[in-house]
Amino acid sequence: MANLRFTREHEWIRIDGDVGTVGITDYAQQQLGDVVFVELPEIGKAVKAGGEAAVVESVKAASEVYSPASGEVVEVNEVLQDEPAKVNGDAMGGGWFFRIRIADAGELDKLMEQGAYKDYVAGLS
Amino acid sequence: MTATDEKPLRTTPLNALHRRLGARMVPFAGYDMPLQYRQGIIAEHLHARTHAVLFDVSHMGQATLRGDEAAEALESLVVADLAGMLVGTVRYTLFTNDRGGIIDDLMVVHGGYYLTIVVNASRKDIDFAHVAEHVGQRCAFEIGHDRALLALQGPAAASVLAELAPVSRHMLFMTAETLKIGGIACGVTRSGYTGEDGFEISVAAEDAEGLAGLLLEDSRVIMAGLGARDSLRLEAGLCLYGQDIDEATTPVEAGLAWTIGKRRRETGGFPGDEIILRQIAEGPSRRRVGIRLDGKVPARAGAEITDRRWTIGTVTSGGYGPSVGGPVAMGYVDADYGAAGTEVDVIVRGKPQPGRIVKLPFVPHRYVKLTS
Repeated sequence: MANLRFTREHEWIRIDGDVGTVGITDYAQQQLGDVVFVELPEIGKAVKAGGEAAVVESVKAASEVYSPASGEVVEVNEVLQDEPAKVNGDAMGGGWFFRIRIADAGELDKLMEQGAYKDYVAGLS
Repeated sequence: MTATDEKPLRTTPLNALHRRLGARMVPFAGYDMPLQYRQGIIAEHLHARTHAVLFDVSHMGQATLRGDEAAEALESLVVADLAGMLVGTVRYTLFTNDRGGIIDDLMVVHGGYYLTIVVNASRKDIDFAHVAEHVGQRCAFEIGHDRALLALQGPAAASVLAELAPVSRHMLFMTAETLKIGGIACGVTRSGYTGEDGFEISVAAEDAEGLAGLLLEDSRVIMAGLGARDSLRLEAGLCLYGQDIDEATTPVEAGLAWTIGKRRRETGGFPGDEIILRQIAEGPSRRRVGIRLDGKVPARAGAEITDRRWTIGTVTSGGYGPSVGGPVAMGYVDADYGAAGTEVDVIVRGKPQPGRIVKLPFVPHRYVKLTS
């Protein structure tokens, strides 16, 4: 999909106009194992590209989730409060974390497209 | 991810099996060990509480002390009444240092003319050097380099093992037998570190994979990794060396004074005895407690504990308890705040998370004893 981009830290952002939906990749959820809690940002919070935006807790450890782009948080996935395991079950869909209003579309050019991310992950193992 | 340790990892005799079963391998105490298998930590944890799981704990240290003086000699280093142990029984005990701190926690098996000890992987080099230095002249001390150790844990463990070794059915908690399991010679103890009934099975390295295969043929048994081992022992209120106990923690502070035999309380004779016995009499200044958090945010080791005004302690183990269905933690608090029901906050990422001190364990132990 042309409007999907990835970071080296295994977040994805799906771009729809000036709004981006952010989550972690299937590779990331596999590495984390069972997700038991997700700390989401507050709506209205300003996030920076590469800056800490959320926290995902697996049974073993807490990990930071970085925003792929700068902007303002406009929506969070409240479903994850009660069903954090959705991150494992549907990382690229229903397990999304938050939506931002993208401040600078130029930043998205630095992110990987799906093919490049696939190659990147293949090189990690 | 960055490589932090240049030393090649050691492997257990079951390494190939772990890889065949799709385990996620991680470095632990210098060994390449399974963190989890395909089903994941929560599924493995819950399986141990409802059926049975098999852990590879071959990274732990096994050693034998032989000779007439073995029990008496080892007793000079630990707090248990080893001289009073019956043949065929098992004790959980502690190596202490001169300051009353804990060098390691260990199991001692009384085999009649010998004692077997099982110690933590992360401490075995220190422990074995300690034993060799202090009691090596009084008994024959031999490290079991060629041994593997498997732990079969869960409510189905007894009936699983009984199909292969019928005598095991008659064993009680913390007893030992030499048994053939499907024809394989094993040293079996009815013990474990999950809070569940189960067995720990010492076997020659070359027989380990065959034994694991026999046990896994039973449809009630799945492999479980270090992740589930950690969440199970945390729910069971059991200490992890290096987190909940260490050389600066005394048995009394850790709530492990029950491991100090009656005779040892009267006569001492173990390292740090004066400090430890004084703490039993006067009470420690801090104590290990359980903390149940009201919300969903897990608190990890290192998190600060407050009385909602001042710092009263620190979390030493914490995470999600799959059987509890929420966050659980253990830590040390000032003794004045140690009573069950005391309301506390645990600070996670700068935010106070409300909870309360609770009695350990979080999940009741289900050991097979005569009286229960």
